[in-house]
Amino acid sequence: MVKEMLTGNYAAAWGARLSEVDYVPAFPITPQTEIIETLSQWINDGEMNAKFTNMDSEHSMITAAGTAAATGARVFSATSSQGLLYGYEMLYNVTGWRVPLVLVNVSRGLSAPITLEPDHNDILSTRDSGFIQIHAETCQEVLDTILMAYRIAEDERVLLPVLINMDGFYLSFTREPVEIPCKDAVSRFLPEYNPKHAFFKASKPMSQGVAVLGGSAYSYFKYQMHLASLNVLTVHDEVAGEFKRIFGRSYSATEAFKIDDAEYVIIMSNSFTIKGKAAVNKFREKGLKAGLLRLRLIRPFPSTELKAFLRGKKAVAVIDQNISPGSGGILFKDVTTALYHDPDRPERILSFIGGLGGKDIGHAEFKHIVEEMEKSIETGIVPETQLLYTKNDLEHINNLLNIAGNPLEGLEN
Amino acid sequence: MSMKNAVYTKFKDISREEHISPGTALCTGCGGLLALRLAYKVLGENVVIVNAAGCFTLLSVYPYNPFSSSWMYTAMASAPAGAQGIRDALDILIKKGKLKSEENLKVVVLTGDGAANDIGLQSTSAAIHRGLDFHYFCYDNEAYSNTGFQMSSATPYGSRTATSLPGEINPQGTVQRKKDLFEIWRAHKPPYLATVSPSHPVDLSNKFEKASKFEGPKLFIALSPCPPGWSFGASNSVNIARLAVQTGIWPLKEAVYGEVKHTVIPKFKPVEKYLRTQNRYNHLFNPVKQVDVIDNIKKDVEQYWERYLDS
Ligand SMILES: Cc1ncc(C[n+]2csc(CCOP(=O)(O)OP(=O)(O)O)c2C)c(N)n1
Ligand code: SF4
Ligand SMILES: [Mg+2]
Repeated sequence: MVKEMLTGNYAAAWGARLSEVDYVPAFPITPQTEIIETLSQWINDGEMNAKFTNMDSEHSMITAAGTAAATGARVFSATSSQGLLYGYEMLYNVTGWRVPLVLVNVSRGLSAPITLEPDHNDILSTRDSGFIQIHAETCQEVLDTILMAYRIAEDERVLLPVLINMDGFYLSFTREPVEIPCKDAVSRFLPEYNPKHAFFKASKPMSQGVAVLGGSAYSYFKYQMHLASLNVLTVHDEVAGEFKRIFGRSYSATEAFKIDDAEYVIIMSNSFTIKGKAAVNKFREKGLKAGLLRLRLIRPFPSTELKAFLRGKKAVAVIDQNISPGSGGILFKDVTTALYHDPDRPERILSFIGGLGGKDIGHAEFKHIVEEMEKSIETGIVPETQLLYTKNDLEHINNLLNIAGNPLEGLEN
Repeated sequence: MSMKNAVYTKFKDISREEHISPGTALCTGCGGLLALRLAYKVLGENVVIVNAAGCFTLLSVYPYNPFSSSWMYTAMASAPAGAQGIRDALDILIKKGKLKSEENLKVVVLTGDGAANDIGLQSTSAAIHRGLDFHYFCYDNEAYSNTGFQMSSATPYGSRTATSLPGEINPQGTVQRKKDLFEIWRAHKPPYLATVSPSHPVDLSNKFEKASKFEGPKLFIALSPCPPGWSFGASNSVNIARLAVQTGIWPLKEAVYGEVKHTVIPKFKPVEKYLRTQNRYNHLFNPVKQVDVIDNIKKDVEQYWERYLDS
């Protein structure tokens, strides 16, 4: 099959198109806009049999996406950053409605200061909403994951919406060779959505989104979402197995790279993983037993799988491309929680923050990480969370600070 | 949609069929619920209500529901967007042959004045602008009632709410004038727009009937006397609603593609009579009469009607 050079955004649009979605409510935001522009064009040209509606905000967009899915339509939409947060209230609603829509988030650092380039505070701020979360590394993976996401979301053991994350610019605007699966294969993989639990039709009145009074009803429905989310650990692997059978590409909840004999493991997610893999290859050339784990399925969190991969390793370093001010890296906590009770857990677990606002993570930084792991094994001391920030970065910001000047300078008190 | 224009001339013309059963969690004497009950008689049962947070959200508390039709609670700000999603989904599913056309539903937004005037104004404006084929039913109890009667931008000048209490600095209570939602909506030139009151069921029924002929946004603001919020005895709701119409405070009107017509020309009973029925205006009369504030309210009513009665 031929591969085409597609941006991540275009690949996402293809994912929605091949999934034969019925409905796309939309609102623009960089770096996501190309997705909805593409879908709008295809629908206008009659290449896709779907309804496209320009909404007035992401809050409205996610509401419409949710109610359309609650009516029985297969729904797709996309957003990014501020947009995801603007619609935040509705994320919790659509998960509570148990509607299996798919939403792509193109990661972008959150304001303030306002910026365009990626980090994962936007997507991770929604980690407790009940959305299934899958983070992609390549443009191909974006397309494939959308197809898989509908299978997972619409599975009766799940019935939860899915958020797929890709990095702004690094994937959204970067062309990579992508194989566009043929329609027939997709229809073998993904049957039509035919909901038995949530729909609106005259012959069968239904109430949805209803209030509950009291904690016992509320707790029950919330915990149902937790259990349904945990089911994804099984459902994902089943779906991935079938995906491999039909399309030949295989995806796992956690991607292991040169992990088997590795002593030092770097854990990261999304598109920067490719940089990490390159660094691992270089370390290997030098004889250092390095490996990498990519967190792909973030919710539910595949703790058991992670534990198995990391059993007996010397040291692990988590690179969080996000920051929880006053606490540190967000995924570091999920990783340490997963490992804590394992008697054979890695001796050291280190925490790094890097790539904020799309800042590069270069080989020098990966080298520093590995050295810190080695040092920690030697000394027995585990360092505090560190920011990956080079001399060049420091020079750059100092230069900017100098130009900006000190607002108090020259003022008499 | 039926093109038949059944005209209601008297109370007995209104269907006895009920689509909301009694025994809901709403207050006794809730004027808004009465208006909704009447509206439902014209809408029929092939309806899905899309609700915004407010008192009426408690109509549907798991596992109970008083409706013969469907219900979707959304959030405070975005019921019109929720209506858009349902309408779009029904349309595309019917078009694709996934849903039979006889399964189609009327989509009805049900929202309070706070949602309509404040937090949900944007999503409402957008739905009207998109020409969404839906009904919009705003029950106007002139405050955020569900949270304990705080001021909304539909709260009338000179009235008391929990966040515009009369005091040293503002003895009149609410300082601002009621936002003119009818005119805001009318600026969008929707096919049909009307005010209604539970005290005028024939007028209300005719308006819902007339609206059904139009495709696109069909918008209603229902005066909704609220016994606990307005502070009056629950048996008085309809009388108070009627007085609001008779004094000219609540004009009953409609606008077809923006052309306004008043459906009831009041006899202009004294405004004071209306104010005295509710304790939310008590501070205008006790301990001293705030003549200037009462005059301002009268003047507003006079000025409103001068515009229409002159032309
Ligand atoms: C985003 C959001 N903010 C605030 C609330 C709290 N809230 C629930 S109902 C309500 C009052 C709604 O007022 P209105 O629309 O006039 O309806 P009413 O309560 O009068 O029936 C408020 C403020 C909420 N549910 N959601
Ligand atoms: S508080 Fe007012 S509006 Fe709310 S249910 Fe009671 S009477 Fe109706
Ligand atoms: Mg209200």
